[in-house]
Amino acid sequence: MLGNFGYIGIFLISALGFAIFMVLIPPILRRSGIVPKKPNPTKSSTYECGMETVGKSWVQFNFRYYFFALLFVIFDIQVVFLYPWAVAFKQLKLFGLLEMLAFFLILVVGFIYAWRKGVLEWK
Amino acid sequence: MAIALEHFLILSAILFSIGLYGVLAKRNAVAILMSIELMLNAVNIALVAFWRYVAPTLLTGQVFVIFIMVVAAAEVAVGLAIIIAIYRSRETVDAEQIDLMKW
Amino acid sequence: MEMGIAIAFWVLAAVIIGAALAVVLGRNIFRAALFLVLCFFTIAGIFVILSADFLAGVQVLIYVGAIGVLIIFAIMLTRETQRGSPSGRLRLPALIAGLLFLATMVFVIVSTDWQIVAEIPTEPTTSGIAQALFSKEEGFVLPFEIAAALLLAAIIGAIVLVREK
Repeated sequence: MLGNFGYIGIFLISALGFAIFMVLIPPILRRSGIVPKKPNPTKSSTYECGMETVGKSWVQFNFRYYFFALLFVIFDIQVVFLYPWAVAFKQLKLFGLLEMLAFFLILVVGFIYAWRKGVLEWK
Repeated sequence: MAIALEHFLILSAILFSIGLYGVLAKRNAVAILMSIELMLNAVNIALVAFWRYVAPTLLTGQVFVIFIMVVAAAEVAVGLAIIIAIYRSRETVDAEQIDLMKW
Repeated sequence: MEMGIAIAFWVLAAVIIGAALAVVLGRNIFRAALFLVLCFFTIAGIFVILSADFLAGVQVLIYVGAIGVLIIFAIMLTRETQRGSPSGRLRLPALIAGLLFLATMVFVIVSTDWQIVAEIPTEPTTSGIAQALFSKEEGFVLPFEIAAALLLAAIIGAIVLVREK
């Protein structure tokens, strides 16, 4: 099994190397003199699909995103507990079902709290 | 050279002391929280190394690591909520300026 | 195979320590967060070397996917562009404390006689973890339910703090 992860590691390293190579091609071509340096105001302006840019590039982040990220964290942890429970579901029989149900109900209370407090809306 | 238990433990100790330096020396509160996460990850590495080399058939070490990850996630969520609330009322997250409670 | 594992370990350890140093010594907080995410990924690689495959997946899911995203959101929401992430007044005592701790730990690690067994864990570890967590006789059922209570407290606390009145 460790050998299979070795193949995944080689895949990741070659993907990373490919991406870095693609990013490093323009500076290498510039430094080695193959591509001449001729800057131009139109060439060096920001590209936004052909349209003129409107407003600043740094806008204040909306804090409502944080609620969704928070709920995602909590239910991601729930999923992490669900995965091995699902793998060994047959051996865990009724007792396993009841304890996972108890876990679920406790977190559903939290979800209902978030729902009732209007956290999931976007005013 | 085969990798023994000591290699993983020394890696864990180095990571923990880097996190320790970060917690004591940084001023931005979010940077302090990130250093706390480094320390928790160092402990996770040490626990899994102990599981692998000392008791591989008993999966208690891995269960402990899962619980540490759960507690770390809950702590980061609440800690960052506190930092956001402080930023809203004081406009700063500098740990050297948030040093007085309201009287 | 041993050679491959050794090379992987040294490369991953170098990346972890480099990324951790970039997190605590960097001035730009956003770059520090990105180096932290890189650190989490390579720690998942260390878990794979230690034959904890499910734990590597959980590390990527929770730390990179959930905690990394939360940290980046918090950085975007508490943006202090002119100050960034400087070092505080306690730089030198922190360095001394860190080095003292590291020296103590390395001495303890090297001089202890660890009882290492030569068994190999059963792979994949997922069903073993399920038995260790959920089974009736030998499972950690009560800590599991208490973890649910902890997560409930975290949801309610975080919502109360960030909600606007």
